[in-house]
Amino acid sequence: MKGSVIQVKDFRKTYGDFVAVDGISFDVREGEIFGLLGPNGAGKTSTLESLEGLREPNGGSVQVAGVDPTREPRKLRNVIGVQLQSSALPESITPNEAMRFFCAYHGVAPRFDLLDRLGLQEKRSAQFFELSTGQQRRLALALAVAHDPQVLFLDEPTAGLDVATRSELHEMMQELKDNGTTIILATHDMAEAEEMSDRVAILLNRKIVASGSPLEITATGAGLTKVSVRTQNACLSTRAVSLPGVSQHVSKDEYEIYYSTDIGPTVAAIITQIESQKDTLIDLRVERPSLEDRFLEITRPNAAAGGSQ
Amino acid sequence: MTAFLNHFSFEFRTGIRNKTLLLMNYLFPLGFFLMMGFIMGSINPLFIDSMTPSMVVFAILAATFLGIPDPLVNARESGIFRSYKINGIPSISILVIPALTTILHLVIVAVLITVTAAPLFDAPLPVNWLIYALVFITMAFACAGLSVLIGVISANSRITVLWSQLFFIPSIMLGGMMFPLSMLPEIAAKFAQLLPAAHAMNAFNGLAMGYDADFSAWGSVIVLALTGVVAFALAVYLFSWDSRNTTRRGHPALALLVLLPAIAGMFVL
Repeated sequence: MKGSVIQVKDFRKTYGDFVAVDGISFDVREGEIFGLLGPNGAGKTSTLESLEGLREPNGGSVQVAGVDPTREPRKLRNVIGVQLQSSALPESITPNEAMRFFCAYHGVAPRFDLLDRLGLQEKRSAQFFELSTGQQRRLALALAVAHDPQVLFLDEPTAGLDVATRSELHEMMQELKDNGTTIILATHDMAEAEEMSDRVAILLNRKIVASGSPLEITATGAGLTKVSVRTQNACLSTRAVSLPGVSQHVSKDEYEIYYSTDIGPTVAAIITQIESQKDTLIDLRVERPSLEDRFLEITRPNAAAGGSQ
Repeated sequence: MTAFLNHFSFEFRTGIRNKTLLLMNYLFPLGFFLMMGFIMGSINPLFIDSMTPSMVVFAILAATFLGIPDPLVNARESGIFRSYKINGIPSISILVIPALTTILHLVIVAVLITVTAAPLFDAPLPVNWLIYALVFITMAFACAGLSVLIGVISANSRITVLWSQLFFIPSIMLGGMMFPLSMLPEIAAKFAQLLPAAHAMNAFNGLAMGYDADFSAWGSVIVLALTGVVAFALAVYLFSWDSRNTTRRGHPALALLVLLPAIAGMFVL
């Protein structure tokens, strides 16, 4: 197992009397994509900003690539790259100027190739306000990785992007990871977090309430697996069927949908039922609970039972 | 040094590329210069005598007080300062480089005004060009410092306009640009010494144009220089990276210390 690049221990952040983060601990391993998830106000931004050196912790300790962000801000600048959510750049700056400008402050040669790579070759001389949201985000990503940072912070990197651009960014994230860059991904997009992250932490009410790989997190929930079945003669809908492990059953768009706690016996019983009724199976889908289902279960416990189904 | 030059070059281009800054740096001062030359020249021939320094002072007031603070506040509010901090751009660059590029734009405008005022309106030329340049630079430095300080302490764009106008409008009325300071009532003339424009006009008249100064002309240069130094020092001290401008090292009221050189000048000069 690779060593930790980010170590957060008993981290606490307050604003006056308001406690934003209350003693959380986690670590991020070298070369992994770590998803930081949570509803608005959970403490994600305060945590990220303290890791990025924008805010000072009120308790505990934070280390990023062996650097204390508060005590060694200059050293931190060259080991981290940050793609800010709001793509904050002056509205009249061009991608070429921005690349030259930021690389000069990092003391590295401008990486104009990154602009081309991210599809900005025809917009290199356009002013920032003339770029589309997707182009602004791609520029922010190019600037964040231009000095080859050890740790990359991505805050909602694909928000507002079309499917193709989103896919391109995911490919680039994967390449960066393969090259050893550690990525902290803050996102509200659970599908993205599940697809991209090696491990995630879910923040709720100022504390980490779940952490681990997406598979581990989804496995620790209520464990309801969704089984959708469609048959030629709809034999399953015409009679009351009692199936093992099924806790809930609904009919929708010619499909019978079962929520099962014990998927093996449930699927076996469904097949047996269809065969015994001399019906023909057209479609059968088994979907394990997604990270989004588990996230809702954790963050909205009262709504989760129906919300995810 | 490369980083500084890149930043300077970008900010200088922004001063022309951005329509508001183009207006404040060039179009407004030069348009006002032409308008005043044609109108005031026939209404008040005495105005022509001090037209060149007056219009240069006006250009400085417009480019600094109307051009510098608002972009600083907008950049802070939109999170640009945060992205600068993350990328290691020092606060001193954020504050000093826009001031320096504005001064460079002002040099261009001042040259245009100075070389065209004589052929267009028969305005007298400075008798001491070196001192003329020195007073110009000192005035531009003081006003740039005050404008940066306004940008640093203002909570939002609306407040920025109020602070800027607090210097800009009285400077036009009482700064000795439209009529000599000696024509003001004594109390108003004393109050005018709080304004950089009054010190600049006094120094231009007494040291560069060959007229009589209303009070110590070199004293005015010192007041302007000290105002600039104190303003930049306070701006650096009170600067906040925070987009809400809520975390800073001192109370914004500390900015009033910038008036100390001018207040001292009211008693000494």
